[in-house]
Amino acid sequence: MAKYILDFEKPLRELEVQIEAVKMSALEKGMDMSKEIGSLENKLEKAAADFYKNLSRWQRVQMARHPERPYTLDYIHKITSSWFELHGDRHYADDQAVVTGLATMDDQRVVIIGQQKGRGTRENLRRNFGMPNPEGYRKASRVMGLAAKFGLPVISFIDTPGAYPGIGAEERGQAEAIARNLMMMSTLPVPIIVIVIGEGASGGALGMGVGDRLLMLENTWFSVISPEGSASILYRDAGMARDAADAMRVAPSDLVEMGICDRILPEPTGGAHRDADVTAGTVKAALLETLAELVDMPPDELVEARIKRYEQMGQWAE
Amino acid sequence: MAWFRRSKKKILSTERRSVSEDLWRKCPSCGEYVYNQELQNAQFVCPTCSHHFRIDCRKYLELILDKNGATTELNASLVSVDPLDFKALKKYTDQITAAKEKTGLGEAIITVTGSVEGYPIVLCVMDFAFIGGSMGSAVGEKISRAIDHAREHHFPLAIISASGGARMQEGALSLMQMAKSSAKLSLFSSAGGLFVSILTDPTTGGVTASHAMLGDIILAEPGALIGFAGARVIKQTIGQDLPEGFQRAEFLLEKGFVDHIVHRKDMRATLSHLISFFGYERTADTDQQ
Repeated sequence: MAKYILDFEKPLRELEVQIEAVKMSALEKGMDMSKEIGSLENKLEKAAADFYKNLSRWQRVQMARHPERPYTLDYIHKITSSWFELHGDRHYADDQAVVTGLATMDDQRVVIIGQQKGRGTRENLRRNFGMPNPEGYRKASRVMGLAAKFGLPVISFIDTPGAYPGIGAEERGQAEAIARNLMMMSTLPVPIIVIVIGEGASGGALGMGVGDRLLMLENTWFSVISPEGSASILYRDAGMARDAADAMRVAPSDLVEMGICDRILPEPTGGAHRDADVTAGTVKAALLETLAELVDMPPDELVEARIKRYEQMGQWAE
Repeated sequence: MAWFRRSKKKILSTERRSVSEDLWRKCPSCGEYVYNQELQNAQFVCPTCSHHFRIDCRKYLELILDKNGATTELNASLVSVDPLDFKALKKYTDQITAAKEKTGLGEAIITVTGSVEGYPIVLCVMDFAFIGGSMGSAVGEKISRAIDHAREHHFPLAIISASGGARMQEGALSLMQMAKSSAKLSLFSSAGGLFVSILTDPTTGGVTASHAMLGDIILAEPGALIGFAGARVIKQTIGQDLPEGFQRAEFLLEKGFVDHIVHRKDMRATLSHLISFFGYERTADTDQQ
């Protein structure tokens, strides 16, 4: 059971607690109520499954930010048999909001890059809440260069509330760092699979998010700006984030409709954090399947298809 | 330093001096009133303090391109639609209609082929007056096609940016335009094309984080605001005031992200010099503007 319950989950949680209470009292009184309890639990399970399948966009945004949600390194540890982390951008620093490294997944060697949030205040300060500085993008770029040199596919885990808006970040060229990555990733001669595991905010996410396929876990979001950011500009009220999330259509199913997301990965009832092992299993299977589609493509065909993919994105009239 | 301070407020005149915008413009930087005709003759640069006024995209075409050279607009009829049926305080479709009426433009960018001192060029100019110069699907597509056009014809490319960033009203679709234009620039660059990125006031957000920062040469107008995150957001995040001149063109030059700050009156000659330096050939006789 999750320790941290979101507001909208409370009615379900109350039912869970009530069933627990019935179980306890049956146990104390020595009554056999297993039938009744079983049927209650069945009902609850169905109701929960139904409930979580039909979350609103804003509820999914909150799920994507759930503090117990698995982060990039959690997935890496669960799905790889070897992991060798690489540090530093070779220019200025090692940005802890981005992790990069060499991994083996089954028999497949891959290069992994990802944004890393921290668990708890102390780690979050170190990870800068998953908000990369320019060094993070440049570290990813350096490691992708390595992938290209040795013909290794790249897997990119997206989970960021945005690129860090700070003085130093601007001084050291946040925009330039992101722009360079967009250009590099668009023509990198190895497969790139992008998977959104939490938040995909704006250029900060896209700066590590250009690839041949985009997968999204069920309770994630990806858009041009956070719902709060958009609300404060377009509604002049950050409290309108729920409306902004709807207006911008930030949910995975919306991105499938827009032709941006290729596949939505289901999460256990209640979210990825309710059973991180099951979620990791889903992620691993999807990554291996997607890799299998891409690894045998000749590099020039791969790049051509990737550019076509982005060419088709957007809607306009002539 | 003055040895006294005025303790009472200044006398306030109840009547506002009405200054006709048609005849005079007030410089937002030094506060001087400038005769509009004089301003026009000075490429809309304040004669007192050199402040570069924001100007619309057609004025840039006049400033940069040969007057007697052929100028052809590319994809003039390519316009925005409302893919998300977007509505916040305003409906997106109403915003588009209002922007079209206000600017007389079809979109926040104009893309053309023309010539600069006889050198053929593909020139894209963004227009801040059209929904903040924001990049939605149509802007992204027009830029991408212009880049392709330059690649196919072996023309140099210049993009004059003026934009608040990606267009929120198109959600993730506008975000993907950053990837699209960057991918096209990658192809253009591999083919040996010259791309000069010209940054004007303001160039921020997703536009800075894509094509604007990808020029082989990056030029900026004096004093232009250039950055990724908005000043207000940074201030809120770090909880302190921002240094003087933060995110201005001069700041970017100092930090190493801009090659040159170029006065508006020199932009055409600078562009022509660069095109010539990189070995492009004239197709027309030298043109005097």
